[in-house]
Amino acid sequence: MSFNEIGSMMAMQGFAGLSLFTVLLLMALGLAIIFGQMGVINMAHGEFMAIGAYVVYLFSQLTQNFAPGLREVYFVPAVIAAFFVAAGVGYVVEVLLIRRLYKRPLDTLLATWGLSLAMQQFFRTFINPKEVSAELPEWLLGAFNPTPTIQVPRNGIFVMGLTILVSVGVYLLMLKSRWGVRIRATTQNRVMSSAVGINTDLVDRFTFALGCGIAGLAGAAFTTIGSTGPTSGSLYIVDTFLVVVFGGAANLLGTIASAFSIAQAQSLLEFFLTSAMAKVLTLLTIIIILMIRPQGLFVTKVRT
Amino acid sequence: MNLLTKKLGKSELIGVLVLSLIILVVFPSVFSIFRLNLIGKYLTYAFVAVSLVLLWGNGGILSLGQGVFFGLGGYCMAMFLKLEASDPIATKIQTTPGIPDFMDWNQITKLPLFWKPFHSLTFTVLAIVLVPALFSFVIGVAMFKRRVGGVYFAIITQAVALILSILIVGQQGLTGGINGITDLKTMHGWDIRSDSAKYILYYVNAVLLLGCVVFTRWVLSTKFGMLLLALREKEDRVRFSGYDVANFKTLAFCMSAVMCAIGGAMFTLQVGFMSPSFVGITPSIEMVIYTAVGGRMSVIGAVFGTLLVNFAKTFFSEDYPDFWLFLMGATFIGVVLLFPDGLAGLYERYGKPRVQRLMRGGTTAKSEPSMMKSDPGVPVGALESGGKHG
Repeated sequence: MSFNEIGSMMAMQGFAGLSLFTVLLLMALGLAIIFGQMGVINMAHGEFMAIGAYVVYLFSQLTQNFAPGLREVYFVPAVIAAFFVAAGVGYVVEVLLIRRLYKRPLDTLLATWGLSLAMQQFFRTFINPKEVSAELPEWLLGAFNPTPTIQVPRNGIFVMGLTILVSVGVYLLMLKSRWGVRIRATTQNRVMSSAVGINTDLVDRFTFALGCGIAGLAGAAFTTIGSTGPTSGSLYIVDTFLVVVFGGAANLLGTIASAFSIAQAQSLLEFFLTSAMAKVLTLLTIIIILMIRPQGLFVTKVRT
Repeated sequence: MNLLTKKLGKSELIGVLVLSLIILVVFPSVFSIFRLNLIGKYLTYAFVAVSLVLLWGNGGILSLGQGVFFGLGGYCMAMFLKLEASDPIATKIQTTPGIPDFMDWNQITKLPLFWKPFHSLTFTVLAIVLVPALFSFVIGVAMFKRRVGGVYFAIITQAVALILSILIVGQQGLTGGINGITDLKTMHGWDIRSDSAKYILYYVNAVLLLGCVVFTRWVLSTKFGMLLLALREKEDRVRFSGYDVANFKTLAFCMSAVMCAIGGAMFTLQVGFMSPSFVGITPSIEMVIYTAVGGRMSVIGAVFGTLLVNFAKTFFSEDYPDFWLFLMGATFIGVVLLFPDGLAGLYERYGKPRVQRLMRGGTTAKSEPSMMKSDPGVPVGALESGGKHG
């Protein structure tokens, strides 16, 4: 094996790690808002991702059957629709369920777990009990070759781009906009926020919807990587929570850092061990670090 | 205060008696051995539900990893039974006779070191209690000393459940993988699959469960129980009063872990196998719902909750499997939103006044059948003030 080939392998391995990082981060961003900022434990977060994925699948089916000529372009509106559908469902869920449980976080956990069970069964009964995958446009298939020996999958690049876009968007919204100030104020002190004229109910509702919408985006992005089944969402939920908790719940930068370190650790370990053992070791390390440092990697200093 | 505890003691006593009557007399005389064995299986889950009343209902510590302890107990028992089932004669067609079949399939030629002590029943029984106790102690100390609590504790215990189930599935040669440990036959030469053994195991299980119920009830009535309740309501105030909060929480966690493990071991004995599907996240959370349905404050309610949910599960998943998960989801949401005190709460509100009226007006003989009639509401449980969530 020449030196050049080793270099290319390392580059591709590095990209695999980065790709996992963007996947984890995209999953965690929605939860970082819902759990990190609002303090709501949404166990159905994975199912909101599945909603996004199913919306893309639906669009793909529709284009295939009614407008095959649009195959190259349907994906972009599908992703946007995935955001809005998931956000809409999130809005309704907030109004019907979450709103009543802000003071009982552990009960929210149970209720949203129930919601996730019902949603999974909904997918199974009304969409398809088997895994489905969307028909992807040409420009997402295959790989991009910067040099003859390095292959970088295009869908990985797409997910990466989307993640950067969403991260920047979330950062600007939460930390630089008035809306972000309202959200943070509401989480920190609900009574005081409403006393200074913030419509806290409205803030809650839209924030929750936004988090769910981002979950939908993540789900839409994952259709480029793998297929979607009724229980796909539940596979991600623990990882997603750990990413957010590990990063320090209320801290966006922490979420990014933790997604990065978890992804790198996991893809590095997968190089040497079976993927199950790599996962066990990664999770174990996270738990041990969390026991030593329960507040997570980064802490936002807040006076309560 | 004293009066309240005394009064509680009396109504609790009646509750335990009714429960014993139902489990020990009514079920065995009404159901066939097949159904009774099934109920025995449900009752092993009730150990977990009872343990959660102690830990979650009264202590406010929600563990989503109770399946881990259930599984540890179950696996300890299964390892013993498996070793007995795979003696050299029964396994002579294997490449290496005398080791469990799944090890042979995975090209393992020597019994792993940690399996060896499980040749001894004494060691196994000790392990069923001590392994989960030790494990929960380590987790408890590590987390509670660092003041990790509430939601974070729930998420981390959940991750522990995930880790253990991945580990069991991944290490096929050592644990039997996804299929678990199956084909368990005898315990010290006693065939656990015969009808008579099933009857005996049912009764052993029932008595152990009732023991746990009474024990938990007793623990909750002691000063320790009061402290747990105080912890749930205002942890900081308890800490400022000079109590070492972490120790009490760890103790409660260990107690609950041991109860789960006993349930797990009885599960293995009655059902004849153990698999990772009882260890992971889904079973762990499902067991929380048994407690929630029964009434998170009520020990007796937890047993009825477990039975009710499992009866419903069996009934619906036999006939309408699609419908079951919807119903399960709805149960989670409904219990949390509408009946936070579960069956016990319903009984407190509607059943109890009626029973009391009957007890005062009619004869005692009359009151008993009336209690039986209000079956789902029978649990006599929740504290009078139960259901105020902190």
